[in-house]
Amino acid sequence: MDTFVQQLINGLNVGAIYALIALGYTMVYGILRLINFAHGDIYMVGAFAGYGLAYFIAAKLGLAGPSWAGLLIVLVGAMIVAALVGMAVERFAYRPVRKYSRMTTLITAIGVSLLIENLFVARYGGQGRGFPQLLQDDTYRLFGNAAISKSQILIFVVSIALMLLLQWIIYKTKVGTAMRAVSFNLNSAKLMGINTNLIITFTFALGSALAAAAGVLTAQYSPTIDPLMGITTGLKAFVAAVLGGIGNIPGAVLGGLLIGVAETMVVGYGANVGIASTYRDAVAFAILILVLLLRPSGLLGSTVQEKV
Amino acid sequence: MPKFLKRLVVAVVIGLALFALNMAMSKQGLFGVGIDYYKVDLIKMAGINIILAVSLNLINGFTGQFSIGHVGFMAVGAYSSAYLTVYCTQGLEEKLASMMGANAAAIIVFVLVILAGALAAAIAGLLVGIPTLRLRGDYLAIATLGFAEIIRILITNINKVGAATGFRGCVDSVTGVTCPDASMGRLTIPAYTNFMWIGTFAVITIVVIYNIVKSDTGRALISIREDELAAQAMGVNTTRFKVTAFVISAAFAGIAGALYGHWRLPHPADFTFVRSFEIIIMIVLGGMGSITGSILGAVVITILPEYLRSNPYEVVLLLTLIPIVAILLRVVGRDRLPKALRAGLGYYAFVLVAYALLFVIARLVLINVLSLDIQLQRVIGDISNYRLVIYSALLIGMMLTRPQGVFGGREFGFSWLKRAQRRPEGDEPSGATAGVSIAERDDPTSDPGKDLENR
Amino acid sequence: MRRTLIALGLTAALVAASGCTSRSTNNCTDPGGVIKVGVYGDLTGQTSSFGQSTRNGSQMAADEINAAGGINGRQVQLILEDDQGEPGKAATVVGKLVNQDQVRALIGEVASSNSIAAAPTAQEAKVPMISPSSTNPKVTQIGDYIFRVCFIDPFQGEVMAKFAANTLKAKRAAILFDSNSDYSKGLIQFFKSSFVDKLSGTVVAEQAYAQRDRDFTGQLTQIRSANPDVIYVPGYYQEVGVIAKQAKQLGIKAPLLGGDGWDSPQLWDLGGEALNGSFISNHYSVDDPSPVIQDFVKRYKAKYNGTAPDALAALAYDAMMVLADAIKRANGTECAALRDAIAQTKDFKGITGVISLNADRNAVKPAVVLELRDKRFVYKETINPDSGPGTTASPAASTSPANTNASPTANSSPAGNTSGGNTSAANKAAPNTMRNANAGNMNKP
Repeated sequence: MDTFVQQLINGLNVGAIYALIALGYTMVYGILRLINFAHGDIYMVGAFAGYGLAYFIAAKLGLAGPSWAGLLIVLVGAMIVAALVGMAVERFAYRPVRKYSRMTTLITAIGVSLLIENLFVARYGGQGRGFPQLLQDDTYRLFGNAAISKSQILIFVVSIALMLLLQWIIYKTKVGTAMRAVSFNLNSAKLMGINTNLIITFTFALGSALAAAAGVLTAQYSPTIDPLMGITTGLKAFVAAVLGGIGNIPGAVLGGLLIGVAETMVVGYGANVGIASTYRDAVAFAILILVLLLRPSGLLGSTVQEKV
Repeated sequence: MPKFLKRLVVAVVIGLALFALNMAMSKQGLFGVGIDYYKVDLIKMAGINIILAVSLNLINGFTGQFSIGHVGFMAVGAYSSAYLTVYCTQGLEEKLASMMGANAAAIIVFVLVILAGALAAAIAGLLVGIPTLRLRGDYLAIATLGFAEIIRILITNINKVGAATGFRGCVDSVTGVTCPDASMGRLTIPAYTNFMWIGTFAVITIVVIYNIVKSDTGRALISIREDELAAQAMGVNTTRFKVTAFVISAAFAGIAGALYGHWRLPHPADFTFVRSFEIIIMIVLGGMGSITGSILGAVVITILPEYLRSNPYEVVLLLTLIPIVAILLRVVGRDRLPKALRAGLGYYAFVLVAYALLFVIARLVLINVLSLDIQLQRVIGDISNYRLVIYSALLIGMMLTRPQGVFGGREFGFSWLKRAQRRPEGDEPSGATAGVSIAERDDPTSDPGKDLENR
Repeated sequence: MRRTLIALGLTAALVAASGCTSRSTNNCTDPGGVIKVGVYGDLTGQTSSFGQSTRNGSQMAADEINAAGGINGRQVQLILEDDQGEPGKAATVVGKLVNQDQVRALIGEVASSNSIAAAPTAQEAKVPMISPSSTNPKVTQIGDYIFRVCFIDPFQGEVMAKFAANTLKAKRAAILFDSNSDYSKGLIQFFKSSFVDKLSGTVVAEQAYAQRDRDFTGQLTQIRSANPDVIYVPGYYQEVGVIAKQAKQLGIKAPLLGGDGWDSPQLWDLGGEALNGSFISNHYSVDDPSPVIQDFVKRYKAKYNGTAPDALAALAYDAMMVLADAIKRANGTECAALRDAIAQTKDFKGITGVISLNADRNAVKPAVVLELRDKRFVYKETINPDSGPGTTASPAASTSPANTNASPTANSSPAGNTSGGNTSAANKAAPNTMRNANAGNMNKP
């Protein structure tokens, strides 16, 4: 029992990260019908920005070692940096090709993804680097052997807070209303006097910031970052978005959590039914294929029509 | 019959050319002309990439279905053929060798395993194609990617083919360690593949795909790309044609895989989706819906990163000069040129010569006089590290300036040359100057994915 | 169209019939002049610390050789290539080194999978390749031009099994291995056969992960529920650091055991304090007070801004020195002569011990067990190769606990070597004085 609970915690943890990244995919897709392949790399950029900031504040502000203030600065700073990068990508790569076919935009997205990855590999090398510890990592025993560590709690708390914040932005603010309008129909929104370019840029900024938060949180939890860390994680997060119903915000969260739990359960209990733990990476894709074939609109896709 | 004879002559000439090239690739060389091993490797890789790119173009370029899982079928071909070679064909080859000599036996066995690889990939293509081709646009892309990844992960879990450590030869299926002796199968995968094989199959691929495109099947495929609904209304069984194209494309990817598997030992890391992206980049750069474009793309994308490894500055210079030359030409204006250079081939020759001249001068000034390379090295470190950055920047630049690729949907051949000679205003602008409006007018078929999802 | 195809197919088949099997032979004669040596490794990939150490170690050796007047008066030139840690690229860069740069010998790789991928190219071209630190047995099985200057996994796996059973008194072991690497898969095989069959322990859980994985909690939770005494994690440092950290987060107290793949200064950045109390088997210890080693450490630190040489750097240095020694003896770099000279390497006094190559072209050397403590690898004990894999130990060497160097007199390697199944007579001679003379002191950390 404690093992199962432990696996559930592990799975939800991974899932929360997928969910944060999936939100960015789903928002961009909702507005532009574009699979932003570079989104996984924005997650990586966020982690690297956090890495740089952590060393910066340690050197300049004397905030070496674990501290809440340091963690907050790193988290928010990384989100801002990634938001800027996301906006730049949108402005200089996606906007010029928006008028072309979907295939062109998709290939541009692949190109941007390769560019970011290779730029970081060239600049920082392909090897992983240790992420500085920003949080004194304690482990709390729940019952039996089941335990939860501080960085796991952090992932849950921060991701829930960010998701609530996102929900508030989308449903309670003016810019959120505009986002929803643009996702319904870009041209009509334009006719209604909405600055669609601005809204699209804002959407990219929002999604990128969430991905950066995911990057810093993961780096805190499994302390190694490398320029290619965003490839598979990003792809799985995209699958999560499709699973939940692409364009649907609660769907992305649900999809992320489901995939995280499914993966961990395969590692934990797959051997009992003849699935080796090395099939973990196949789980997300198998789910993807099933969803696309059985219910292409995703779990929550058709019930909630709003796409943001 | 004369037509057949003519074709036979062409075939013989191509065959002899391949053979001569193959001879030149051995250490003895051909009449003293030899190509070193490293370049041979690149040429072979280019050949395999040509097979992959041309076959993928049938799906992505001509049928307008966006598949990004091509490498999955390559993996199926590589592993199934290598599996047969390692575990099943040893006896057959020995038997044949006693009848007709070792060489002939090896050839027969290899042809058989290549065909088996193609068949396996075709079956995989059928299994993947039937369910996924119902999907459109992005969803199809993602589904093919998902399937390719699943194929790869399945391979990494099969001990018999070496699992995650790569397939090198006979492996014990339980423990996953190398067989103690050859009683269970060959200990290494024999390196059957040489350039002759790759070249021959590349030519076959090109001929077959070209003929398909020119046949009524090809018309049907193009009609699907242009407007699936309209095609359906005209009585085209779109599903059947899409699946057919998918299966053919997969079969050729299987051949490429079989050739690869008997040259480099197949390893799951060679078949990640990044490799699929690479094939897509090839056909996109060359031009979707252009076979010659795919060939060009395959060759350039194979050689460019390696060339960048040794000559990074030259490549950067070559690329940055393209827009500069284009602007200069516009400033000078075509009318001020001598008459002979104003149009057609003369103009192209002039552009090329001017470009080459500018390149030589710029290289001299920047590197030999200003030693910019050393300056740059001081700032960003070894620039050859940045070769893949340049490569991806090139891709984005291409998408921003000329999304339909170098050739668009056109083929480059003798007839095109003739036309270029005739045309008074050669409206083939070089690279960056190609305004999008011109490009789109030129080539209405260039954006096959357009409106797929807008309906 | 069909006819064209048939015609084409026929021509192709005819031409292929004559061209199919053309194979090349490399130019074997020594061109004279500067001796070019190819060094390849992962300089920018996932395990780039391996490649960088190899580069530094071999470069240092080459510089010292050149400063001392070269080999028989000829200078050595190293040509470096980066394979990014990918097997396919390793084969490509070795092809380039051999055919374009025409190197006379090769040094590389660290990761066994990459060595295995690249070695056939070297073998085919008849260019001797010395792997400094690939420990999987398959590497040198590829051909008679492939050598190594380190011990092999059957021994390394056995070392850790013995250490676990004898020193740590462990009965229940769990295994967490890297399914992508030959190195890891090989080690767990030999660990299991030694721990279960010879030392009557049990393996209570066996889990796999893939390279580049970030989350190991699923596997570790299952391992935790099996309640092992020790966890054997013979992976590479990139993943191991994270594994250690997540094991600690899950409250796992059992010590982690590993191999030389852990040896990297980067390990500490990744794992930090969570690594304390783990043990690894390795080729040598930086803390070894032997003057040879300390002098090497000093020279290396002076050359590379105070970086301490890890085992991979020391092995690369040894590989280059063994090669130079062989070139000197062969008096040139003619393929077969150089190959034979390397194969005859005997009692070569390297940094990582006395190197003698056996009939399988492997070095037979003792291993050290190091404890990880406060960002340092602290010397724990030396374990000598007392029996070859798959052979039963002879009575003389069967006192294996004594062999774990409890006293300075545990200089039993010569006796042990005679019983080795695959050790050659070459290794019998000369007591391993340098290492064992100091072993007693080293035992007190």
